[in-house]
Amino acid sequence: MPDSTFLDSTELVLNMGPQHPSTHGVLRVILKLDGEKILGTDCVIGYLHRGVEKIAENRTWAQFNPYVDRMDYVASVSNGLGYCLAVEKLLQVEAPARAQAVRVILTELNRIASHLLWLGTHALDIGAITPVFYCMREREEALNIFERYCGARLTTHAFRIGGLQYETYDRFEQDVKAFCQMFPPRVDEYEELLTNNRIWGGRLKGVGVLTAEECKEYGVTGPLLRAAGVKWDLRKAQPYSGYEKYDFEIPTRENGDTYDRYIVRMQEMRQATRIIEQAVESIPSGPIMGKVPKVLKPPVGEAYVSIEAPKGELGYYVVSDGTTQPYRCRVRPPSFVNLQALDRMVRGGLIADIVAVIGTLDIVLGEVDR
Amino acid sequence: MADEQQPGGAGTPPGTGEAAGQPAKPPAAAAKPVPPKPAAPPPKAPAVMAAVPWESDLAREVKERFGDGVKATSTYAGQNFMVVAPDAAVPILEYLKLEADFDYLVDITAVDWPKRPDRFDLVYIVYSFSRNERVRIKTAIPDGFKPGTAVDVHLTANWLEREVFDMFGIEFAGHPDLRRILMPEEWQGHPLRKDYSILQQDQRWVRENLGIESGQ
Repeated sequence: MPDSTFLDSTELVLNMGPQHPSTHGVLRVILKLDGEKILGTDCVIGYLHRGVEKIAENRTWAQFNPYVDRMDYVASVSNGLGYCLAVEKLLQVEAPARAQAVRVILTELNRIASHLLWLGTHALDIGAITPVFYCMREREEALNIFERYCGARLTTHAFRIGGLQYETYDRFEQDVKAFCQMFPPRVDEYEELLTNNRIWGGRLKGVGVLTAEECKEYGVTGPLLRAAGVKWDLRKAQPYSGYEKYDFEIPTRENGDTYDRYIVRMQEMRQATRIIEQAVESIPSGPIMGKVPKVLKPPVGEAYVSIEAPKGELGYYVVSDGTTQPYRCRVRPPSFVNLQALDRMVRGGLIADIVAVIGTLDIVLGEVDR
Repeated sequence: MADEQQPGGAGTPPGTGEAAGQPAKPPAAAAKPVPPKPAAPPPKAPAVMAAVPWESDLAREVKERFGDGVKATSTYAGQNFMVVAPDAAVPILEYLKLEADFDYLVDITAVDWPKRPDRFDLVYIVYSFSRNERVRIKTAIPDGFKPGTAVDVHLTANWLEREVFDMFGIEFAGHPDLRRILMPEEWQGHPLRKDYSILQQDQRWVRENLGIESGQ
């Protein structure tokens, strides 16, 4: 063996998952390795496939509403908002102003809850154990508000087509304001633990780079796109639910690596708090339900409506044939599309980095597999 | 709308909010214990989407460039779409990407209309960051037709087309890696086709892999 080095390595195929703590669910990645270097990956997904789109065709428009919560179950409020907006588009109704304000508050709270879960588990994957406890502590506060509002903490079914079912509870405003008071200092706390931490930086900087061009090629949206320098957020680009009324910024960074995505998400949590503060100050009074018939029969037609979910563009393509049931309800899930870029992000990198990259993708397998 | 609102309950029918005047059935019909039947009789000729023509520079340019390839450019509910010939879909995607800056392929999906000769609607949704504009490209294809892949134009089409193949059985010619993506690889049948019942399963697969007679 004259030509080979002392530690000659041949190509090794390694199976990661589906039961692996750092895959955040049931993701299976088949890795092709040369020593520690990743030569290629193949994602095997579908372990959590429940046929949500098929179920939609066998339920009425309103009955399907709770099912969407089970896709991205850490951001169920966003899922519900997207679906309600899509059906409202078909019905050509709009939720009343009061409902919209409450929707924005809950959706942004959910964005924070989703980002907190991401931060905690991402840091845990990298080896920092402390943040996850802090993050869960604050996430609890957000979930408590959901619970008091609608009785559920995770799969909330908070919204109805046409508005809201429940009026806000008595101390809703106080609770939300208290959260907004409490939260920003806590973000400082996380940042103190991580932002300038040398190990954190060492594990994240320059890892899993995705340029703006690559993001567009792969259809990658959300914090990943913004970390690559594209200032694009559907809440600004095509405002819905009255987002145009609120003053907030779209945080961006330039490098498109895992560290930048961390920074972007941290800032998004601060911006979300800003939005909530403004919204809760000015919840209009009035009805919470628009004029929708008791039996929903959208006219024959189709619509694609998308929102800025915590993970990226969440779209619903709904087709009505004029009956009480959706003829087709396609979900465009951000996690599914973003996951496709995994191969590009880790190819040529080290095997340890794939854990960081899966974490930074912030996928939820319930949404990938539907 | 909530679960506790019973379809047959309200005496006088909505009428009020019914957006697109399906002339609601006479109120008397909704007496009380009726819930099962309303959907059954398909009333008269199937209604069509009330789309209006979409006039814009972009629509005109695409029409000029592709001639008969573009069958219609329309707007419905404020959303623009074009209906194109099956062979023209991918060239139009490419044209839109290169010439009109529609650089983000949002989604590819399909809709099954089993009663039509051209059974499937294949739908591409594209978005342009610079124009902040979204367009849908729809094309009708018969069962067994193999549309060209869009992977060469947008990389993201890879998984999206795999999902369409998995769910509808539409094969994309020239796709680099056309495998099932969500269903198990040996599964028989394509679940989102309308003739695939919601209770239907690949019994053999279930027996062999899960060791049970049926999941139901």
